[in-house]
Amino acid sequence: MSSPAPVTDWVHDFDHTDPTWTENPYPIWDELRTKCPVAHTNRFLGVYLPTTYEAVKEICYDTDHFSSRRVVVRSVRPEPPPPAPPITSDPPEHKRAKQILLPLFMPDEVKKLEPRVRAICNDLIDGFINDKSCDAAARYTKYIPIRAVTNMFGIPETDGDLFIKWIHEILELGLHDDTVVMKAVQEMVAYFTVHIEARKKHPTDDLISTLMNARTEDGQPLTDMHVQGALRLLLVASIDTTWSAIGSSLWHLAKTPADRARLIAEPELLPTAIEEFLRAFSPASSGREVMKETTVSGCPMKPGNMVLLAFPAANRDPTIFPDADKVIIDRKENRHIAFGVGIHRCVGAHLARMEMFIAIEEWLKRIPDFRLDPSRPTTWSEGSLRGPRQLPLLLGKE
Amino acid sequence: MSGTLKVRVDPNKCQGNARCKSLAPELFELDEWGYAHEIGDGTVPAGLEDKAWLAQANCPEIAITIDEE
Ligand code: HEM
Ligand code: HEM
Ligand code: SF4
Repeated sequence: MSSPAPVTDWVHDFDHTDPTWTENPYPIWDELRTKCPVAHTNRFLGVYLPTTYEAVKEICYDTDHFSSRRVVVRSVRPEPPPPAPPITSDPPEHKRAKQILLPLFMPDEVKKLEPRVRAICNDLIDGFINDKSCDAAARYTKYIPIRAVTNMFGIPETDGDLFIKWIHEILELGLHDDTVVMKAVQEMVAYFTVHIEARKKHPTDDLISTLMNARTEDGQPLTDMHVQGALRLLLVASIDTTWSAIGSSLWHLAKTPADRARLIAEPELLPTAIEEFLRAFSPASSGREVMKETTVSGCPMKPGNMVLLAFPAANRDPTIFPDADKVIIDRKENRHIAFGVGIHRCVGAHLARMEMFIAIEEWLKRIPDFRLDPSRPTTWSEGSLRGPRQLPLLLGKE
Repeated sequence: MSGTLKVRVDPNKCQGNARCKSLAPELFELDEWGYAHEIGDGTVPAGLEDKAWLAQANCPEIAITIDEE
């Protein structure tokens, strides 16, 4: 695969996989927001990029012109696109699929998992606390969402490495190559078939059994294919996102001793700080397909194009968030849309928040002093999910 | 400006982020899918006014209105 030409014109030829974007996208978005609230590129078969809060929100609310049938901006567009409800559904079908998932991720359900997540965090910390340094992205932040989701599903925590491989194939390698995605999906189907068949004989009280027992509005059980689809969607949606969110939060704290000290002195501030980390370092962008011609913030949008829904750019819009580029851990007014906005608002938001909270709380309890390792770089994931993939830290006081 | 406050969730706008319930559990509760509504008739007990405003300022869907009586 030849690498694409470097971007020189972000307004007319942007590329969210360009190394400049991967390194630091915020200045690009700041510039675009002042020049032109909706940029465009002919790459990836034609994509618009709104960077203002207003434009992103308007598109999310306008399910008539903007369809979720495709949510990933890729250089291939299979027809018909593979369905993964509810994220790929539009109204009215969307609601039914979402209502099946919502009760499984309510705050009270999530709370049950909290002690396990606390134990997972402490086990991971035990693994490196006696070293003077560690790559926190590889040894800590990644394994928290993986192990949390395996516990919810009711499958062995040690199978987590398989999920990492599949998700990497689907979300990263698959951007340019559909056969990689199809192979990963086949492997996942084979894997989950075993677990579904086992539960037909011996029902359990985990998420896989709950999905198998779920009923649609007209009283029908979900087919095996649907249960499979739901499990794949939940895996893909829950791991890299939360990995990224915890990683970015630790990255910020590694660079900002004052915020660390304040969170240790005022632990009741942590939930507010987590919302600010979600705003400032929102991990996830999504996508829409333009179905009918329309205008957004004065810019014409034509069918046949996708929209890259950059929630992270919207969350840095200075007209909505004063000092948008500053991380203010006690920011009072924070209508961030890191979990999306409108009908597709993230099903897993409560789970993700809980994992972030416990991960940071336990880390600060045990490792109050840490900093970026000046001899090894932090590296960031490429594409529509942003978070540290290598986060080398030095542990302990200087 | 010192009258009683009343909060109200617009069910057509609420998407169940539960920011309101985390910030002001005395004023909001969730249904079985996580969508919010005000507790009782939404009257804000004395002393909880700040929490009501805070919840309103953090709802991404602008689903919460506050009336002063
Ligand atoms: C910090 C972590 C997370 C972030 C930033 C995040 C972000 C998002 C965003 C922005 C959307 C909306 C996509 C769109 O509008 O097209 C979304 C939807 C979704 N997320 Fe998350 N997510 C996170 C964690 C999770 C977790 C842990 C789960 C699984 C339990 C999950 C499951 C879902 C599902 C199923 C949807 C589709 C909802 C729908 O279409 O109605 N997410 N997420
Ligand atoms: C969270 C995961 C999912 C849920 C909760 C879900 C739920 C539903 C529901 C409620 C319907 C309507 C059934 C009816 O009443 O007629 C439906 C239809 C359908 N779903 Fe899913 N689904 C999910 C994932 C998937 C996936 C991953 C695929 C594809 C691999 C898929 C393919 C389809 C198709 C093709 C239909 C239309 C069936 C028909 O028209 O007869 N779904 N889904
Ligand atoms: S914060 Fe807003 S969207 Fe979220 S549950 Fe409360 S009213 Fe609904």
